[in-house]
Amino acid sequence: MLQLKQIHKIFNEGTPDEKIALQRMDLHLKPGDFMTVIGSNGAGKSTLMNLISGKMIPDVGEVVIDGKDVTMAKEHKRSRLIGRVFQDPMAGTAPAMTIEENLAIAYSRTTSRGFKKGVSKTRRSFFQEKLESLHLGLENRLQAKVGFLSGGERQALSLLMATFTEPKILLLDEHTAALDPARAELITALTKEIVQSYQLTTLMVTHNMQQALDLGNRLIMMDKGQLIFQANEEQKENLTVEKLLAEFQRIRGEKMSSDKAVLI
Amino acid sequence: MPTAIFGSIEAGAIYALMALGVYLSFRILDFPDLTVDGSFVTGAAVAAVLIVGGTNPYVATLLAVCAGFVAGCITGLLHTKGKINPLLSGILMMIALYSINLRIMGKSNVPLLAEETVITKLTAFWQSLGLDKPLQALSSVTGFEPKTWGILFLMLILAFVVKVIIDLFLKTDIGLAIRATGNNETMIRSFSADTDLLKIMGLGISNALVAFSGALIAQYNGFSDVGMGIGMIVIGLASVIIGEAIFGAKTIVRATLAVIGGAILYRIIVTAALRVDFLEAGDMKLITALIVVCALIIPKVLEKQKERQRKKRRVLQSKQTTYEGGEQLAAIKTDS
Repeated sequence: MLQLKQIHKIFNEGTPDEKIALQRMDLHLKPGDFMTVIGSNGAGKSTLMNLISGKMIPDVGEVVIDGKDVTMAKEHKRSRLIGRVFQDPMAGTAPAMTIEENLAIAYSRTTSRGFKKGVSKTRRSFFQEKLESLHLGLENRLQAKVGFLSGGERQALSLLMATFTEPKILLLDEHTAALDPARAELITALTKEIVQSYQLTTLMVTHNMQQALDLGNRLIMMDKGQLIFQANEEQKENLTVEKLLAEFQRIRGEKMSSDKAVLI
Repeated sequence: MPTAIFGSIEAGAIYALMALGVYLSFRILDFPDLTVDGSFVTGAAVAAVLIVGGTNPYVATLLAVCAGFVAGCITGLLHTKGKINPLLSGILMMIALYSINLRIMGKSNVPLLAEETVITKLTAFWQSLGLDKPLQALSSVTGFEPKTWGILFLMLILAFVVKVIIDLFLKTDIGLAIRATGNNETMIRSFSADTDLLKIMGLGISNALVAFSGALIAQYNGFSDVGMGIGMIVIGLASVIIGEAIFGAKTIVRATLAVIGGAILYRIIVTAALRVDFLEAGDMKLITALIVVCALIIPKVLEKQKERQRKKRRVLQSKQTTYEGGEQLAAIKTDS
């Protein structure tokens, strides 16, 4: 469903600030796969997301979604295939517009927009039904401006908006990181429920190792622009945070010594 | 005085179209678009030159609207494809349009006094309805008899129809996407909207309305002048801000109505200001600037004051309760 082939991306090329963001990145997600991505700051997780969503274009390599090569496709073109939830709860919704208007915008993601009424009667009842699945009572506040919702409510709405049109790929970019623990737990539970019910192919970046282990069927670890560790479904089930940390230390340590060897 | 106020409501209704255009760019797209100063005159120039050349005034006005649309689209292109800052792309277009408007007109002023215009046609149409007589009879009680009520009513109806069309448009799928573009660009891009195209389209529509207003004002005043657009953006902003401050802007439907109200109110304020003895016609721009400054600052000051009073009251109330609590406590203690 999602394939990255030999992706390279370098920032500030040819300057002293040159930074290799991604190198030789290969990734293949089968339909229904839910992959969690962990890694320290600067590991290239955000770049990975941006390359898939089209915010950036790779220097070398291909991005293939649902059999289509979208490497050079513009962001708005490929967002027909991609649902996204951002880290910032404010980023995924339009605050000055009502809940139903926001949902109408999300509803038109997969189609060309025309001069039809955005919130029709049939759509409204569809929205209501979908909002009920969040269990937040938002179905009774369709005409409330989204700016008046709490961070958790907005993020739940963002999650619903990104998923209810069943995107080919769902990208979750640390979407619980800016919430308090209780809200984060709620959003995590909702994520699990929604991804399962639509069988969405999902890529989730997170800082929280426990979350990375709790969710999804595959896990990868990135460091300095490279994929350094992968766990498939079986391996992932046996992983714990301690094992993961140990693994991280082991690989990093090894890598460091091998780097040293090169330097000497 | 009644004649002056009557005239300012008539003109205000026509300027309301321009104010609605400014509302679209300034509030909906969040794009302070200075093209308005130029595209207003472009509308006037195209309409005036075509009318003088013998074109049907309705067709001439329609073509003026199209010219405004193109001007707005070019500003949009400069900003989105040329990556030029919004203010600068507007200023560049405004300056460019000054020369273009002179080219269109061929001279700096085109008179329309003897021509058949939309205004004369509408007046004739209104008179054929025969509604003036009863209205004159009503108003003559106050000793005020305008030439015709037609322009006032028809222009108010026009402004209202345009308002309703804008309201409906902003609720369509495209309209919602345009609003989201001005509200949260990251979000709307992730929902497969081409924000560049939406901005270009929004600015096109905005300037089409501005040119429409310019074309009608030229026909209303009986001339088109290359300098008639100077400060137009500020007048537009004044109308939007005054309207929203007085009539409210909770929903789109309310805000667009407020903008029409603001445009008319602005005209009345200016007319009243010009009646003050030491003020001259040349002071108009200064008065406009002052009105906008006041309309921007006063609501904020009022809000702050309200907030402070509310807080003070709350603190006083809580003091009161602790005081009462202390009394009760003392009473209990003395009792025991």
